[in-house]
Amino acid sequence: MTVCIIGASMTTFGRRDAWIRELLAEAGGECLDTAGVAPDAIDHLLVSNMASGEFEGQTGVMNALAHDLGLVPAYAQRVDQTSASGGAGIHAAWQSIASGASDMTLLVGGEKMTHRGTPEATDVIASITHPVEYKHGLTLPSFAGLAARQYLHAYDAPRESLARVAVKNHANGVDNPHAQFRKEITIEEAMESPMVADPLRLYDFCPITDGSAALLFCSEEVAKQYTDEYVRVAGIAGATDTHVVHERGDPTTMGGVVESSRRAYERSGYGPEEVDCAELHDMFTILEFLQLEDLGFVEKGRAWEATEDGMTERDGDLPVNTSGGLKSKGHPLGASGVAQVYEIVHQLLGTAGARGVDADVGLACNVGGFGNCVTTTIVEAP
Amino acid sequence: MLEAARCPNGHYHHPPHPRCPDCGDVPDGRIDLAERTATVVTWTSAFATPPGVREPNSVAIVEFDLDTSDDGTESGSASDGRSNDNSPGANDDGENGAPNEGGTVRAIGGLTTDEVAIGDRVKPVYVEQVRAPGAGIREPESQGWDGYRFEPL
Ligand SMILES: [Zn+2]
Repeated sequence: MTVCIIGASMTTFGRRDAWIRELLAEAGGECLDTAGVAPDAIDHLLVSNMASGEFEGQTGVMNALAHDLGLVPAYAQRVDQTSASGGAGIHAAWQSIASGASDMTLLVGGEKMTHRGTPEATDVIASITHPVEYKHGLTLPSFAGLAARQYLHAYDAPRESLARVAVKNHANGVDNPHAQFRKEITIEEAMESPMVADPLRLYDFCPITDGSAALLFCSEEVAKQYTDEYVRVAGIAGATDTHVVHERGDPTTMGGVVESSRRAYERSGYGPEEVDCAELHDMFTILEFLQLEDLGFVEKGRAWEATEDGMTERDGDLPVNTSGGLKSKGHPLGASGVAQVYEIVHQLLGTAGARGVDADVGLACNVGGFGNCVTTTIVEAP
Repeated sequence: MLEAARCPNGHYHHPPHPRCPDCGDVPDGRIDLAERTATVVTWTSAFATPPGVREPNSVAIVEFDLDTSDDGTESGSASDGRSNDNSPGANDDGENGAPNEGGTVRAIGGLTTDEVAIGDRVKPVYVEQVRAPGAGIREPESQGWDGYRFEPL
């Protein structure tokens, strides 16, 4: 069965006064409204969220949302795959429709984080690590510093090439009304920003963000009853890599990206050369390089050159992170994978406004942990 | 003890896992990496660290080459292993000298300095408390807080 997406919405990302229940309801309600789907049509509700209990002391968010949107007695489930919870939610939504278990599935991803200070939020996220990592104070930013140093060393890449990623994604974010930062930055500003995890500086990192995003899934037959404006899930797959990061052969390769994309390409019938635009998980600038390589868009060690040559710019051969990426749009953990596909949907439908590029096939790669779990989703215009 | 597990098929992992990540067999040996030397694979110094962590926090991924005899120290480390809980495997390693052929095992930990470069040789140095228990989100009783930091030779 072909699984389609007939609705997409997102809240403004950034520092929000709303708590997790309100954020989820804002995106979920808007998604139903814009698609013209009544609450009683929803068979399954999925909520992508990493840590509402740890951040806010609110658990059971799927039941809260089912009630708040009038979806009871729909089946409701929370999906946690840390930073990749959104992609995992898309995978679960696709399964629910493809299996015939649900005729209409609403997926809402969200996270409320900014009420915690940066050290505490960093610690909540670092709680995914193994005890031997946690006790040494390893955080996601420090894993990024370790990988970036090794990448620059192994491939003789200039430090400025990483700053190019931040500059590009900030420029894209200017045209995204939902983005946390809508401000251009320069290479110089990025290179002179405070050191966070040597050699990575503040502008190599995404911010801490509140926000929510939603997608509505059904079969193509059902989709056509509602609208002509829908897209198809052409292929999707998830995969894992080692929990303990240092046990990987090469910390500059993300095995979960390689494996999930291999299967997603196979299921979709598309290869990397047929992808017109991509949303990559640029939680750190170095991750955009690693994904460009591990998704097969460029050879290993060449992403920095391709970036400097402009391949990933909005007018390049493969526009990457036209939304502004996690870097400028923000990264509310459970929402990010959902918001990636929100962007792809609008690119394929030609409704991305000033950010628009010419695209029939889009790819989203959502990364959890430091590549611990990954979902790759390939979406096509009908 | 900076412990690595060995499975019946000769795979080494630090930290030990209940089943070997490479083959799924139950590990039947342990070796102590604490008396060996290692090479820095990569490193970073992190700022804006979470509660209970020093700032800046310099950390490294290091690689122990199990093949090289650090002037005979691995027989010493294996007999240290014997005095712990453990396993016939540790003694086997002592008898054999070199625990496997061409094998390496990696570990992660703090650095005693940020004056370090990729490829530098380091040795593990025991620290009673590498992070303050209870300051962060993790239940203090759920894990150990002592460990080894790496010091350039
Ligand atoms: Zn094994």
